Amino acid sequence: MLFALIGPNWLVSRFRAGAIIRQAGRIGLAGSCGRCQTAAADCGWAQVPMMVVVQVIVGGLLLGAIYALFSSGLTLIWGMMNFINFAHGEFVMLGMYVAFLTVVWLHGGPVVFGIAAALALFVLGVGIYVSLIRHVIRGPMLSQILSTFGLALLLRYTAFWIFSANFVSLPQTSLAGTIKLGGIFLPVAQLVAGATAIVLTLALHLLLTRTTIGSRLLAVAEDRAAAMLMGIRPDRMQALAWGLSAGAAGIAGALMATAYPWSPSVGETFGLIAFVVVALGGFGSVLGSLYAGLIIGLIQAMSAFWLGAIYKDIVVYGLFVALLWLRPQGLMGKARI
Amino acid sequence: MLSPRTGLVLLVLGLLLYPLILSGPFYRDIGVTFLLAAISASAWNIVGGYAGQVSVGHSMFFGLGAYTPLLVYTQWGWPPIAGIPIGIALAIGLAVVIGMPTFRLTGHYFSMATIAVAELIRIFFGTWDWVGAAIGLQGPAVARGWWDLTFRSELPYYYIFLGVLAVVLLTTAAIERRRFGFYLRAIKASERAAKSLGVPVRRTKLQALALSAAFTSVAGSLYVIKTGFIDPDSAFGILISVQMVIVAALGGAGTLFGPLIGALILIPSQTLTNSLFGGGGSGLTYILYGGIIVLIARFEPGGLLDLWHRLSPQLRKRAHV
Repeated sequence: MLFALIGPNWLVSRFRAGAIIRQAGRIGLAGSCGRCQTAAADCGWAQVPMMVVVQVIVGGLLLGAIYALFSSGLTLIWGMMNFINFAHGEFVMLGMYVAFLTVVWLHGGPVVFGIAAALALFVLGVGIYVSLIRHVIRGPMLSQILSTFGLALLLRYTAFWIFSANFVSLPQTSLAGTIKLGGIFLPVAQLVAGATAIVLTLALHLLLTRTTIGSRLLAVAEDRAAAMLMGIRPDRMQALAWGLSAGAAGIAGALMATAYPWSPSVGETFGLIAFVVVALGGFGSVLGSLYAGLIIGLIQAMSAFWLGAIYKDIVVYGLFVALLWLRPQGLMGKARI
Repeated sequence: MLSPRTGLVLLVLGLLLYPLILSGPFYRDIGVTFLLAAISASAWNIVGGYAGQVSVGHSMFFGLGAYTPLLVYTQWGWPPIAGIPIGIALAIGLAVVIGMPTFRLTGHYFSMATIAVAELIRIFFGTWDWVGAAIGLQGPAVARGWWDLTFRSELPYYYIFLGVLAVVLLTTAAIERRRFGFYLRAIKASERAAKSLGVPVRRTKLQALALSAAFTSVAGSLYVIKTGFIDPDSAFGILISVQMVIVAALGGAGTLFGPLIGALILIPSQTLTNSLFGGGGSGLTYILYGGIIVLIARFEPGGLLDLWHRLSPQLRKRAHV
């Protein structure tokens, strides 16, 4: 049945604490808790070797960097036009499959499939804005929410239909291998993906704050009518924002594809993670979503390590509910009511 | 043209006589599925349609209502119907927990919160052994007495569901005519304007959500009493919420009979696509769902009833000419 396939824990295999411990044991970092001879995940705050903790932290931050990149796309749309894109996680998923197809069909390297995913999703984002969003944005709340929600279903299940529910990972790329960095072991792909994601998120922030085109985008966000009087075409700017947003999601998907396996169901998980990141970082703040993405990645890795892999999503979504109660405007955002 | 009153009488008669005329188990099964979809969509309609607070995670209330009957049965051996009031109480409690913080903000927060909380509960139930974890719970296989409501035939379920649907629709009709209904529509039209006119916005939205949650929970209970089995995905899965939204929006969100019309169109066509495309059809069904939702949002946010109201005067004019 299809229901059974929509499991959320696709990253489980990557972050299973036991596996990390075993790996650590192999490389001489001591394998089990000194007191009870079980994996650290089973006996709580055991004497886990310092290096293993560092490994978990770095792994969480690197994944968090990718969260930051695709969440900055979501926050851009929210900041620009007060609009939540429920299909954002599906954009990330599509980026992964674009990367996959580029590697399989064209044997492209990491740079090629990264750019291909960004371009393909940029075009898709602009297309969706022009054909759908532009029309519903002034409509009732129901059609605003339903439009992207329906789009998410459409993309997700079309992907299921075409690619099946099986997990895939990229064929061997030039990013294979592991390097040792000050006592911890890191897959090259994860390191490159995380670092690129941080650079691109900062680049998006700089684009918005330091360039003319960014000023135009922000001017439209501030006051559509006034921007129009200044000779800015708001429709074009908003289409550009959708392209940038989807492009960020697409390239984040391509980066993630280098380091983690995936299936069409990941879009749902990533969509929700993007909500949590944006809620934590503040709606409309790219820099906020950078910090928040790193924090969420860290929290997820930590809770997977100490509580068990199945609890990492519970902890993150629980955090989201707590945030809505305590600080709905996010860490860095201003309240929009 | 039919007058509204004759139309209503015909609808009621049709619903009452349907399982007697088309008495095969296949048709009765469609009938029961249709009623369940109509009940949950009508319940969603109170907060999503009338109040304009679009919940995309209503499966959390459905799931709570679905779990409690089997929980009281497996834990304490009570008849499953004893779980219905507990499910209602839990659903109302959850509605307050979600509504209190999010209703201070714009509608987007509410939608995001509902989808996240539904997912949170689904994962949580999948890891919680006391509620059967990922395997789920099983109801009584053989009825110990009539109070277990375990029938071999679909017929008793059909009429029980029809009765509940009548209660939900009559409640909605009563709301429509009262001050509460006007408050809801005022909030939907413009929250700021409603507030400036003295509508207690937050309290009204909260009451609408609680009422909607209670009815949705009953729908979940009915579902589980009929099927006798529940697991986290069939209780809290996102597709449960999707179906409520699409049924209501297709017929016309915020209208009394919209969800009924939506279910009347969607459930038979869904059965048709499933039987046409066979076992692999469920994926195609949801592609279709997604497409329909996008088209409604883009072209007919008022749903089919709204389209009918716009078209029928023109048709009538043409008939006279």
